[in-house]
Amino acid sequence: MPLVKGGAEIANDWTFVPDGAALPESGRFSVSFSRFLGLKLGQENGPLPDGVRLAPVDDPAQLEPFLPDLALIEVDFPRYTDGRGFSQAQLLRRRYGYSGEIRAVGHVLRDQIFYMHRSGFTAYETRRATVSEVLEALAEFTEAYQPAADGPGAAFRKRTGA
Amino acid sequence: MYRYDQFDARIVQERVAQFRGQVARRLSGELLEDEFKPLRLQNGVYLQLHAYMLRIAIPYGQLSPVQLRRLAEIARDYDRGFGHFTTRQNIQFNWVALKDIPDVLEKLAEVEMHAIQTSGNCIRNTTTDHFAGAAQDEVLDPRAWCEIIRQWSTFHPEFAFLPRKFKIAVTAAEHDRAAIRVHDVGLHIRRKDGQVGFEVHVGGGQGRTPHIAALVNPFVPEAQILDYLEAIMRVYNRYGRRDNKYKARIKILVSELGEAEYIRQVEEEFAAQRPGEKIDLPASEVARIHAYFAPPALAARPALSKTLEAAKAADPAFARWTRANLHPHKVAGYASVTVSLKPLGVAPGDATDAQMMLVADLGEKYGYGDIRVSHAQNLILPHVALDDLPVVYAALDAAGLGAANESRITDMIVCPGLDYCNLANARSIPVALAVQKVFADPAYEEDIGKLHINVSGCINACGHHHVGHIGILGVDKKGEEFYQILLGGRADEKAALGEIVGPGLKADDVPAAIHRVVEFYRAERTSPAEKFIDTLERLGHARFQEALYAAG
Repeated sequence: MPLVKGGAEIANDWTFVPDGAALPESGRFSVSFSRFLGLKLGQENGPLPDGVRLAPVDDPAQLEPFLPDLALIEVDFPRYTDGRGFSQAQLLRRRYGYSGEIRAVGHVLRDQIFYMHRSGFTAYETRRATVSEVLEALAEFTEAYQPAADGPGAAFRKRTGA
Repeated sequence: MYRYDQFDARIVQERVAQFRGQVARRLSGELLEDEFKPLRLQNGVYLQLHAYMLRIAIPYGQLSPVQLRRLAEIARDYDRGFGHFTTRQNIQFNWVALKDIPDVLEKLAEVEMHAIQTSGNCIRNTTTDHFAGAAQDEVLDPRAWCEIIRQWSTFHPEFAFLPRKFKIAVTAAEHDRAAIRVHDVGLHIRRKDGQVGFEVHVGGGQGRTPHIAALVNPFVPEAQILDYLEAIMRVYNRYGRRDNKYKARIKILVSELGEAEYIRQVEEEFAAQRPGEKIDLPASEVARIHAYFAPPALAARPALSKTLEAAKAADPAFARWTRANLHPHKVAGYASVTVSLKPLGVAPGDATDAQMMLVADLGEKYGYGDIRVSHAQNLILPHVALDDLPVVYAALDAAGLGAANESRITDMIVCPGLDYCNLANARSIPVALAVQKVFADPAYEEDIGKLHINVSGCINACGHHHVGHIGILGVDKKGEEFYQILLGGRADEKAALGEIVGPGLKADDVPAAIHRVVEFYRAERTSPAEKFIDTLERLGHARFQEALYAAG
């Protein structure tokens, strides 16, 4: 499963640790949203992760106090038709000012990647797309109408020179 | 009307190229049908009973003669010589081959058209008053705001995978011709203390659980409306149900939360927006788009046209057409003309390539290049000089488009039904045509006056049966088609949902039953000026129901 970031395939040096599994003593890892909050709030003892994986129901607002400690937020798409992850990414970038990596994981298809990019995603773990397809998808549109988290600026701003 | 600049043109061109690639990947087998589905849907391509169906966007129902001619060419070259205008003010072609669709989209792009977001779980074509810019009762021309909403909603990165489809309608007139209260979002443009703003209704809809929209905010100033829409969309995207497609529309979210709690959540999200999240559309951009919709330069003419009056006196059929199919224009000496696509015996909303060519010519020659599609599936020439009406009518009538029935009983809204549609349980077009026959005498129809009959072939309600004064709903009972009759629906500013009045009827019994209801109305009305819907409201449904089921 290729991982694409910054215009190239990169090695994945992160591990997602499922709920209930032992936390590693070293290396970079992410955990579920509820486990992340539990560890941060001292309800579970263990090494503190700097990565978290959001399910569609998770509310990014609860992550706000911990964002400076996070290097990776994975947004899971259990089904490509579930678009809640786009709102999560927009909130993290535009409302809460998170500047680390946002990675799309799960059912990530080539043709969602442009929307993901504009919503603030920076890395894509893709199930059925090659690296070149991901890069192609990112370049398919050179203009956009509305402001978003990233990508081309809004057409109306370019029109008015604002 | 709006014209593409470099940004619009490039976005549409890039979309065509993208879809060409997607179709190639599908045809090669690289894309599975299940993965191709959301992509083709967001390009208006449905897999129907017999073939793929292509639905082309006609933003807020606005067409130029050049665009309508291009649609005619597509009907001729890629379909079987006709197209079907829809209640979303769009057009559908039922027989286009998948391999040809990228070429069709390319031809559309040449005339500044596309099929973007005409289906799929995204924000669909924004609809509006088909008399916009011409109606006497509007506070301003709503099309500029429809265009702004079109641009904002096109490829919105956050809202392309919503729980379900999402439809926005806009009106700026007191008499609501855009059915805003049965839309996911209905916007009514108002002026207050010299400021333009929007009355916002949310959660209306038809389908299997019809709802009248809740009034969510009485006045959102125009500078904030896009941000307010973002708040509405985000609450829906995050909290709308995704576990059951029949409970996924925003109306279910509003009704399950309750109006007060829903409004609280939208207001909270709106208040939480930080400055960097605001869309901040410059007033100069709003003004730029308004300028595209400047009224045509209509030469001054007398309010009373001698040519028109003479033609009416000479030709009773023409006189009847002028009584039915004209709408008052804000400029004296002009009228808005409804070109009825509901002649007897034709599938409602269908037009042939030759008919489209003719209307394009008339629009060019007599209509200041402005043509509209109405949500009642007719075409409109919004600005025609009264002096020109006789020649316009003669041309229309010669092409089979002279029906004098706007908002009359034979001007029905009808979905394609089981003859075309995958979802349908029953045929709708044959039933509608059988009902039309009962009222075929133009003098009789005129005597009945304003009466909307809406027909759907299943509970998805594409034929808007919930809001017809008389609604007809096709259902399947153990392999046999039955038709339930609803009474008392309306889609205007007094929006109401019709009530099913009793057991379903067999198709053969529907025309006579409707006839009995209409005869009962004619017997009971206080005068011919009292409309069907008003008599129904005054007397209540019970006596109409008796008439409906009276033994024939």
